[in-house]
Amino acid sequence: MDVDKEEPAVDGGPGAQGAALIELDGVEKVFDVRRRTGFLKRERHEVRAVDALSFRVRRGEMVGYIGPNGAGKSTTIKMLTGILTPSGGRLRVAGLDPSRERTRLAQRIGVVFGQRTTLWWDLPLIDSYRLMHRMYRIPDARYRENLDRCVELLELADLLDVPVRQLSLGQRMRGDIAAALLHDPEILYLDEPTIGLDVISKVKVRGFLRDVNTERGTTVLLTTHDLQDIEQLCSRVMVIDHGRLMYDGPLAGLHEAGESERTLVVDLERELPPVDVPGARVVRVEGARQWLAFPADRSAAPLLAHVAAAYPLVDLSVREPDIEAVIAKMYAGRTVS
Amino acid sequence: MAEGLRVYRLIAAMWIRSTMAYRASFVMSTFASFTVTALDFVAILLMFSRVDALGGWPLSEVAFLYGLSCVSFGLADLAIGSMERLGQRVRDGTLDTLLVRPAPVLAQVAADRFGLRRLGRVTQGALVLGWAVTAVGVDWTLPKVLLMPVVLLSGAGIFCAVFVAGAAFQFVAQDASEVQNAFTYGGTTLLQYPPTVFGTELVRGVTFVLPLAFVNWVPAAYLLGRPLPLDLPGWVAFTSPLVAAGCGALSGVAWRAGLRSYRSTGS
Repeated sequence: MDVDKEEPAVDGGPGAQGAALIELDGVEKVFDVRRRTGFLKRERHEVRAVDALSFRVRRGEMVGYIGPNGAGKSTTIKMLTGILTPSGGRLRVAGLDPSRERTRLAQRIGVVFGQRTTLWWDLPLIDSYRLMHRMYRIPDARYRENLDRCVELLELADLLDVPVRQLSLGQRMRGDIAAALLHDPEILYLDEPTIGLDVISKVKVRGFLRDVNTERGTTVLLTTHDLQDIEQLCSRVMVIDHGRLMYDGPLAGLHEAGESERTLVVDLERELPPVDVPGARVVRVEGARQWLAFPADRSAAPLLAHVAAAYPLVDLSVREPDIEAVIAKMYAGRTVS
Repeated sequence: MAEGLRVYRLIAAMWIRSTMAYRASFVMSTFASFTVTALDFVAILLMFSRVDALGGWPLSEVAFLYGLSCVSFGLADLAIGSMERLGQRVRDGTLDTLLVRPAPVLAQVAADRFGLRRLGRVTQGALVLGWAVTAVGVDWTLPKVLLMPVVLLSGAGIFCAVFVAGAAFQFVAQDASEVQNAFTYGGTTLLQYPPTVFGTELVRGVTFVLPLAFVNWVPAAYLLGRPLPLDLPGWVAFTSPLVAAGCGALSGVAWRAGLRSYRSTGS
């Protein structure tokens, strides 16, 4: 047993299954913002985009990283990929210091920016892939295998000879995801991978990402505004606001923490007084349409049954709570207590 | 460095392949580049239809300066001319996509949109230079012949350094590509004329501050058997490679500083 004492007692040692692949300890990023206040006068002030951020992500995890705009999500991703240098704290990804060992880390991570492509805009999709092949020094057999697999699962066969600028947003996103996976990265970062996609594209992308995570064991960290991304993909969610980690745990817990509500929208045959059913309250009435709020962890089925039994129902839909609302509530709750 | 060159070659080769997919378009754009840049020489010819010499330099010798300036700048523009778009990349955030690839950013930016059509300028300059070499009446001894490629490559190196330094400046001031153009395109046009037509202050600036004079004015003075500008001693004529190396090192430092500031502040 004396020998074991030499082993670091953290997460079962390096390389072990479940070892921490991403480690942040008190990481912060402070921007010096200069604002013009006059012809030559400038006002300087500090913006703390990320503040004392600490978390661990284990190998094989699929984590949703969410928060309102300007919360520090992108800044975190940029530090994790080595684009930005942290102002303080300790940061390790796959055992490397991202900002110092940027190019070495690049071999081991894949990055997809939802808003901008990493592909060569004016060239056919396949040219970008060929270039990645050589640039990342991917062994030929491995490249072929990965490309074939991506082409099949992401349905890219007809798109390979099309210049990237002519692709639709959904097609381009699929192309980008394939590009990020050709070199078998251990970690895949996705910044808003489903933003602006139609429903069918979203389903395809989510299905593919789930496969990559389960079959390859690729660790996935994704930022999103779409709670369904998280619901369908991530066992763990981290919420960041004002640069601080507000919540880290399963999605169900987030709903509890935020006491969030789903909304049932019902279209009745005619204008009626507010619907009165147990377990829900009317939050808005507009002509024959009414909005009913009910707790997010409660099933919509009994509620529907009640409404349908007592009122002339024409149409209905259920709206998930959006992340902004959940976080706003959570934030308000914390400051009050 | 080796990895940078490897990646530069990969990206440039890809752009060449894609250019060659549309051969007719390539031929036309190269011809356009040839013609447009040749207009500068037409302007010089028009002047010489009125005068016999510019600042004491006959047509053949001005053509020699023009050829050296044009080929040097053309080679630099061909190699890394795309760098002037760096500010654009910083503004729209696409620089981030280069930072997540396992290759030096400088190589990726330099090779981006590698434009083989820029050979039009080089060809045009080389033709003028070829004619000037036979017309200047210089006794082309072996040392002088050997000096020619050294001068051209040093000149290209000096212009490359200006491109890199200009791009580095765009990390801080993203709209500075016009300022850069003043030094690159403006510089090459300035060098097409003899130093004797400019004021001493300008010649001093172009020699000691931004040493473009070492692209052609200084070495050409030796090759043509003329006194060096600013009464510099004769041996200075051979220092172009050193000046190019110094400029390269300084621009490298500027580039690193620019990239570091970008990575600490973001866009």
